[in-house]
Amino acid sequence: MTDLSLPPVSLAERVRRIDAGAIVVGVHFLGATPVFVLGEEALLFAGEKGERRVAVHAGGILASAGDGARIVTGGDDGRLVSTDAAGATAQVAADDKKRWIDQVALGPDGAVAWSAGKTAHVRTGKGELRAFDAPSTVAGLCFAPKGFRLAVAHYNGVSFWFPNAAAKPDFFEWKGSHLAVTVSPDGKFLVTAMQEPTLHGWRVADAKHMRMSGYSARVRSLSWTAGGEFLATSGSEQLILWPFDGKDGPMGRQPQILARSKARVSVVAAHPKQPVVAVGYADGAVMLVRIEDGALIAAREADARPVTALGWDARGQTLAFGTESGEAGVLKL
Amino acid sequence: MPPSAAPTPEKIPVTVLTGYLGAGKTTLLNRILSEPHGKKFAVIVNEFGEIGIDNDLVVNADEEVFEMNNGCICCTVRGDLVRIIDGLMRRKGKFDAIIVETTGLADPAPVAQTFFMDENVGAKTKLDAVVTVADAKWLKDRLKDAPEAKNQIAFADVILINKTDLVSPEELREVEARIRAINPYATLHRTERSKIAIDEVLGRNAFDLDRILDIEPKFLEADDHGHDHDHHHHDHDHDHDHGHDHHHHGLKHYHDEDMQSVALRSEKPLDPDKFFPWVQDLVATEGPQILRCKGILAFKNDNERFVFQGVHMILDGDHQRPWKEGEERLSRIVFIGRNLPEDRIRAGFEACVA
Repeated sequence: MTDLSLPPVSLAERVRRIDAGAIVVGVHFLGATPVFVLGEEALLFAGEKGERRVAVHAGGILASAGDGARIVTGGDDGRLVSTDAAGATAQVAADDKKRWIDQVALGPDGAVAWSAGKTAHVRTGKGELRAFDAPSTVAGLCFAPKGFRLAVAHYNGVSFWFPNAAAKPDFFEWKGSHLAVTVSPDGKFLVTAMQEPTLHGWRVADAKHMRMSGYSARVRSLSWTAGGEFLATSGSEQLILWPFDGKDGPMGRQPQILARSKARVSVVAAHPKQPVVAVGYADGAVMLVRIEDGALIAAREADARPVTALGWDARGQTLAFGTESGEAGVLKL
Repeated sequence: MPPSAAPTPEKIPVTVLTGYLGAGKTTLLNRILSEPHGKKFAVIVNEFGEIGIDNDLVVNADEEVFEMNNGCICCTVRGDLVRIIDGLMRRKGKFDAIIVETTGLADPAPVAQTFFMDENVGAKTKLDAVVTVADAKWLKDRLKDAPEAKNQIAFADVILINKTDLVSPEELREVEARIRAINPYATLHRTERSKIAIDEVLGRNAFDLDRILDIEPKFLEADDHGHDHDHHHHDHDHDHDHGHDHHHHGLKHYHDEDMQSVALRSEKPLDPDKFFPWVQDLVATEGPQILRCKGILAFKNDNERFVFQGVHMILDGDHQRPWKEGEERLSRIVFIGRNLPEDRIRAGFEACVA
């Protein structure tokens, strides 16, 4: 364990500060440029040579996903918009009843998934459209890493759907409201964050259940560490890392607990290459946590402004973060 | 970073409009929206609403209810509200208050419980009041054949008896008496075409512990022209120990067969070590039957008033303020619910006296 009585090394002075002017609800990199997703209307491109706002929605931005080449956003204007590195926007889809598009996911070969109400939609890289009506409103979407398969979270479980197959999706059942879903990088496990402060998981091969509990709040942020060794999670006053290295995942095992704080972890983002996790807290602090020994480096000092977004560039050399009150920052390591 | 701490944001008040089909909910909603009050609202309506809503920010809800996995069968939550309020918070600053219009068949409890069971919702918004619109002509029949209508009356903080122009004074008295048999604590208003001053339905703070001032039942006015509904006849010495057996002003009093209120009171201080286990056990066992409860309590060796309120099994309580000099240290509790075991509740409460 790290001795927390000593203040951690701080890189906060090296942060390039950005005033986003609005709640930051996500951050993704387009190439080397950090792009902040604002709560309303716009993306903020925050390249080193200057900032620029790109209007994407006429209203609130409810969901976003990025793959390095594009950012796809869903809005309360019922539109799904794709934005590229040059800042060019294109409408991918629009809901015919102007319902909220509140879940989006990016998949292999240019595929995109989104949902409005109970319907999950997929547009393949070739432009073909597929739809699946879930039994209740879709609350989470995630593509499997291999094979063309989409996990759709809703009340009482997850539908694991092959959009290109006629067969009904496999249904992984567990009573309750599942609000987010993620598929492990090896494709062997499904994990959801529930309305209660707990995670639920299934081994895909045999639908065996896993309950991951002990949180003080609803888990709102999930991130797989490099190689899929751990699932990093928010929702507690420390970073919780569930081990997924063996064939049984976390079954019968304890999580690693690091970076304890008085404030709750609000968002987590695992480094894309190294066993390091960036952790944002409800008090505004951002820490880099080394999994091996729990060593901490501060990237942002606490200031009572909850951290709402964290993201790494693909090479893991730059971390970007945003807060509820619009103070954002970029840290080059 | 600048040293100043971020200001604590005000919670956005949420008003829940309920009422059986055709009672006049949407008329009331459109009235609230069109009044020249300068306020901006976000409106959450059910998918199947037929009348148009004239407002910038209107969200359709699916009214999806689910049970929390906490072993409590009455802890039902509206998952769609959790998501919608999360989404609306991105547009903070674009509205001052939220109004949730439910379908005529909706149970208000899951809506209310969402504000207590979801931390994010509870941190950003606060439930202001449940406002129920009742049809003066048809409510009596609905109370017989529609359990939803009875729930909506029992749950309400404010009730509009609407379409009063379509009934006689006798029919109106009759419907008021029926409502009072179920819920003697809500504020009643008589309206035509849902016409009412906006501050009678918004900004009520009915779930705010700091505002639990008075839980005396609001008895019927004897006078048909009384639009002044806030007279509670404080000067009467009601004997609350006799439950529903009131005979005030010679008005009709009904006893509803399955929905009642149980009012308890004690002039002797209570023992908190007896009271809390009792009330927690009571809501744990009778929670599905108890729709609402409220209390002001005087504990032994405690100079502060303790207040609490609850919805089904969820209780919320705190010390409110010191008892004032000369203020009578009375403990009062009311439960509104279905088939409440009144004798057992009374005996349990009496055993809590210090």
